Amino acid sequence: MNFWNPKEECMPLEELRDLQSRRLREQVRRSYEHVECFRRRMDDKGLKPEDIRGVEDLHLLPFSYKQDLRDYYPYGLFAVPMKDVVRVHASSGTTGKRIVVGYTKNDMDMWADCMARMMVGLGVTDEDIVQVSFGYGLFTGGFGAHCGAERIGATVIPISSGNTANQIQTMVDFGSTVLCCTPSYAMYLGEEAERMGVQDRLKLRIGIFGAEPWSENMRRKIEEKLGLRAYDIYGLSEVLGPGVACECTEQAGMHVWEDHFIAETIDPDTGEVLPEGSVGELVFTSLTKEAFPVIRYRTRDICRLIREDCPCGRTHVRMSKPSGRTDDMLIIRGVNVFPSQIEEVLLKVSGNRITPNYQIVLDRVNNTDTFDINVEMSEAFFSDNVREIEALERNITEQLRSMLGIGAKVHLVNPMSIARSEGKARRVVDKRSGKI
Amino acid sequence: MIIKQLSVFLENEKARLCEVADTLAQHHINIRALSLADTTEFGILRLIVDQPDKGREVLAEAGIVVRVTNVLALSTQDAPGGALGALRVLAECGINVEYMYAYVAKVSGKAIMIMQVEDLEVAEEILRRHGFEQADFAGFGD
Repeated sequence: MNFWNPKEECMPLEELRDLQSRRLREQVRRSYEHVECFRRRMDDKGLKPEDIRGVEDLHLLPFSYKQDLRDYYPYGLFAVPMKDVVRVHASSGTTGKRIVVGYTKNDMDMWADCMARMMVGLGVTDEDIVQVSFGYGLFTGGFGAHCGAERIGATVIPISSGNTANQIQTMVDFGSTVLCCTPSYAMYLGEEAERMGVQDRLKLRIGIFGAEPWSENMRRKIEEKLGLRAYDIYGLSEVLGPGVACECTEQAGMHVWEDHFIAETIDPDTGEVLPEGSVGELVFTSLTKEAFPVIRYRTRDICRLIREDCPCGRTHVRMSKPSGRTDDMLIIRGVNVFPSQIEEVLLKVSGNRITPNYQIVLDRVNNTDTFDINVEMSEAFFSDNVREIEALERNITEQLRSMLGIGAKVHLVNPMSIARSEGKARRVVDKRSGKI
Repeated sequence: MIIKQLSVFLENEKARLCEVADTLAQHHINIRALSLADTTEFGILRLIVDQPDKGREVLAEAGIVVRVTNVLALSTQDAPGGALGALRVLAECGINVEYMYAYVAKVSGKAIMIMQVEDLEVAEEILRRHGFEQADFAGFGD
C-alpha cells in the first residue's frame, strides 16, 4: 500500500477530529474577520467565532451557496489580499456570469498534496508518464491533475482535451502510463484506439477520471478498452478543484481528505444534518484553504458518506458517487448545464418577447451523451419562409454552443406537443440512467 | 391581385396535415389551393381558402401555428407556356420569386398562379402594367 502523507491519511479518528476542530476554529475566526458575507450571516444568527469550539458545533454555522459567488463576483469572498493570491480559476455560471475562486501559495501546495495522495495511493510513481487530458485553462481539471503528478515527480504531458487522434498518437509515442480525463472522453479514446488498431501498443496502467457521472458498467468498459484500472475522482472549484475526494485501489467510494475538508450530508429541505450513512446533500467546509475558504458550502450533489474501515488503511470518510442533484443542473459531456441557460437563449432569439416551451432530451448513444432540445413553434417564431426558419434553428444552435460550450441538436416541434404535467412542460427527459 | 394565404407550420408528421384539413372542414372553410414545402426537419403548408381570416382563427384555436401571409394571384392560360410571360417579366425586372404553385381554375382554359415574391406591391404593379390578368377568388370559379 502506497501513501504520500501516511501520517495524515491514516490518522486515528480521534486525532483527526482534534485536528479538524483546531483548524475549524481558526478557519471560522479568519473568515469572520476577512469575509463580509460570512460575518454578516454569523451576526444574523447571533454567533461569534468563539462560540464554535470544534466540529461538534459545525451544525450551528450558516450555510454558503453558489449564489454567493455571483453576488460577490469576482473577489468579494476572498479572505486574503490580492497580493497573496497566486492563481484564480473560474467556471461559467447559470446566467453567463462566471464564478471565480482564488488560491494562495499554500493553497496550491495543499492542492498538489491532495492530488499527489490520490495518485500515489493508486500506484502512480515518479517513473510514470501522466497524460493530462482534462482541459487546461480556467477550468480546474487540467491544472489540478497537473500539479499532483508534478508533485510526485512523474512526467507530465499537459496535452489538455480534444484532438482525439493526436491524443492517441501521443499515448503510443510517449508511452503514457496514466491518463487523466472525463470518463466519457476516456471511453471515446478507448473506442478510437480500438478503431485505429493501436490498443496493443498502449502502456496505460491507471486512469483517473472525473467531472461527470459514470457507472460501474462504464468503468468496466473503459478498463477493458484502455487496459488500465479506472478510478473516480471528485472535486468542485468552489471547494478546491479535483482532489477533494477520490477512490483508493478498493474502488469502493471516494476518500474525502478530512484533514482539509469536512463533509456533511444534510436534508436539503430542512438543512438538518443527517447521520453518516444516510443519503443527503453533500456540504463541505474547507479547513485550510486561505484565499477562498468555504464554510458549509452546499454542493447540491446527493450522496452518502461511508464511515466504515477501508481495507486500504486510510481513516478518511468515503463518499459514494453522487446519485443526483438537488437543483436542476445537468451534466452533459462533462459540462454543467442549467435549463435556465437554454431559456435565456430562447428568450434572446425571440427578441425578448417570449420564452417558448422547450424540452431537453438527453440520451447516451455509443457511450457519448446526446443532447437534443425540442422547441415548440409559436407565432412569434414562425415565418412563411423556409430559409428563415432554418436560420432560426441555426441561430438557436449557435447561441447555445457559445453559451454552453457544447453542441445541442435543436428541433422545432408542434405547439403543445411537449408533454405537460399540471400545465407545466416537462423540461428534462434524461434517458441516460442505466446506460452510463 | 394580392390575396391572403394561410401558412401553417408542420412538424414532419402526417397526422398534423389531417388535423389542419379536418379543422377547416369542420368550419366549412373550403381549400382552393395548397402547397407543401418540406425540409428534413419541418414543413410549411400554404393554403388558399375561401375565408382566410376565419381559417386563421379556427386553426389557431386548434393549437396550430398559423400565419396570414400575402401572396400574388395571377390568372393565366391553362396551356403550354401559360405562366411563362409573367415569369419572364418578373425576371427582367429583377424580382425574385421565392415560391409559387399553380392551380387549374374551374373556369375553362384558365389556371391560377400563386406567387410569393420579394416585393408584392411592386410585382403586382409591374404585372398589371404588362397586362397580365389578376385573379381574385372569382378566378377560382366560385
